[in-house]
Amino acid sequence: MSRQTAVQPSVSWRLSDRLGLAMAWSMGLLFCLVCGAIVAYLLVQGVRYLHPDLLWTNPRVASGQNDTGGFLAPLLGTILVTSVAMALATPIGVGVAVWLSEYARPRPLARVVESTVEMFAGAPSVVLALFGVILFRASFMGFLTEKNGGVVYGKGFFPAGAMLSLLALPLVVTSVREGLRAIPNHVREASYALGKTKIATIRRVLLPAVRPDIITGSMIGAGHAIGDTAIIVILLGDTFQLQGAGGVPLLGTLRGTGSTLTSYVFDNAPTGDLNQPNKAFAAALVLLAMVLVINVLVDVFGRRTREQKWT
Amino acid sequence: MDLITQPPPVRQLEPGSKLTVRPGRSNAHIHELDKAVFGDSARPGIISADRDRDVVPTLERMRIEQLSISYGAKQAVRSVSLPVRQGEVLALIGPSGCGKTTLLRSLNRLTELTAGAALSGRVTLDGTDIAELEPTALRRRVTMVFQQPNPFPMSIFDNVAYVLREQARRKPRRASLRPHVEEVLARAGLLDEVRDNLDHPALRLSGGQQQRLCIARALAANPEVLLLDEPCSALDPQSTKVIEELIVRLREEVAVVIVTHNLQQAHRIADHVAFMYLGELIEYAPAGALFSAPREQRTKEYVSGAFG
Repeated sequence: MSRQTAVQPSVSWRLSDRLGLAMAWSMGLLFCLVCGAIVAYLLVQGVRYLHPDLLWTNPRVASGQNDTGGFLAPLLGTILVTSVAMALATPIGVGVAVWLSEYARPRPLARVVESTVEMFAGAPSVVLALFGVILFRASFMGFLTEKNGGVVYGKGFFPAGAMLSLLALPLVVTSVREGLRAIPNHVREASYALGKTKIATIRRVLLPAVRPDIITGSMIGAGHAIGDTAIIVILLGDTFQLQGAGGVPLLGTLRGTGSTLTSYVFDNAPTGDLNQPNKAFAAALVLLAMVLVINVLVDVFGRRTREQKWT
Repeated sequence: MDLITQPPPVRQLEPGSKLTVRPGRSNAHIHELDKAVFGDSARPGIISADRDRDVVPTLERMRIEQLSISYGAKQAVRSVSLPVRQGEVLALIGPSGCGKTTLLRSLNRLTELTAGAALSGRVTLDGTDIAELEPTALRRRVTMVFQQPNPFPMSIFDNVAYVLREQARRKPRRASLRPHVEEVLARAGLLDEVRDNLDHPALRLSGGQQQRLCIARALAANPEVLLLDEPCSALDPQSTKVIEELIVRLREEVAVVIVTHNLQQAHRIADHVAFMYLGELIEYAPAGALFSAPREQRTKEYVSGAFG
């Protein structure tokens, strides 16, 4: 051999190795193919049925697919419920991550918190939804949702957002905790060595340092929350339009029921109650686009802020 | 000196007197190297063979008395007594694990952050036992610079202003902080390079600039003592030279204690050198004397490169 190369040509490999390589290649290609097919199909179907006015009009009850309106209310519902979820998940997640990384005393409690967070990460959302129903039907939670003759139904943006936040929480915690772990200990000590307390160090040095991780974590969490259906169907009411509870404008809406793009697709899928595939595909495309935009943002943002770190 | 039960052999310097250090062989060779690197413009000064710089008046700031520190069963520092004076650079040298960094960290009670650290003996700052001081107050008077440059992830200005902002009850205005920030940056020899970029992120500076910013940050609280833990070990020779010159200049305003693995560096910048081995203080002497005529056998072996 004239030259030794790090990668041997696969021709010289044993048959089993070559078969393995071929398998790896074909599986990878197959995966890309499936993924591409889904996107392409959605794109074709979605673009065909997605008219701009679908975004501006509310759903209506009608017989033909041409008369049932658009999905303005579900689109707003998605944005609203995700905002509620992230408004809860981001601060709580950052708090949990800081406690786990910087305090974590007593140890047994820290271990319990850690496994709880992991449990939420793996819990089926329908289980969380069921738990949410029990919780928000309790009369002391009645102020959060619309009441009908004193009966608390426990459905609305607050309950749905609260349960969705549990879905997003582990992603925020993991991201922020990794960010905190990546900060060398001597940076903390540098702050202590200037006469700073632990609290001041966390507020002024550590939290600014993990700001990119906070943003990344909440965006990934939001992407996760946007896509959930079970919690929406069970806890948001899955109504045609936003049905505010009255009173203060935004607060009333949040206390009331509504639907999201996911529940809209769920209802309009060929197997759903309404069976309007055209609308389902159009809404699914919008949903997919939202998630893709979030992923791209995370990627771009992550790459831009990773450049400056300590050695 | 009578407070120290085992007085270290300190050569008392008369203020204003001139300390002439006999050049060791290794030192002359450094000067040659230096000339080769920096050309003939290499200033005879800190990095020069015949180091007869002015001796500035000294003032004792800290006194370490019979200090022992242990982590669990492991004794890191054994009954060390040393004076720390403003007007001179005290270098702690010795092989890895000899306790010099632990000793340094105990001077502003950073050792307390390590679980299981136990301490006996006494350290005083201007006559007060540091154990009686509030740790945060002590650490503003005895600040520290670390081995790795570690500016905070904020602007250059905010890094220096960090100390001033939190210790004030009401958040001071930026404009009112500016003169002090600039003055401190000037003392750290960084102002000319960053004057127009005070709002730039500190982590974009070069390694040497970052370390000088860390020194500026440590000076911002107007400390009495500045602790340096191998401040140049992560830097290139040119940045090292700049920082060494800075340290020598700073010793007139603050007492400087530096831990270093680099014997040449200790020789270049220190006025007094303490050689530690296995937690014990083996020898404490003026830098020239310790390197050219060590009294202890182990010092001789270490300085000549027999171990470490």
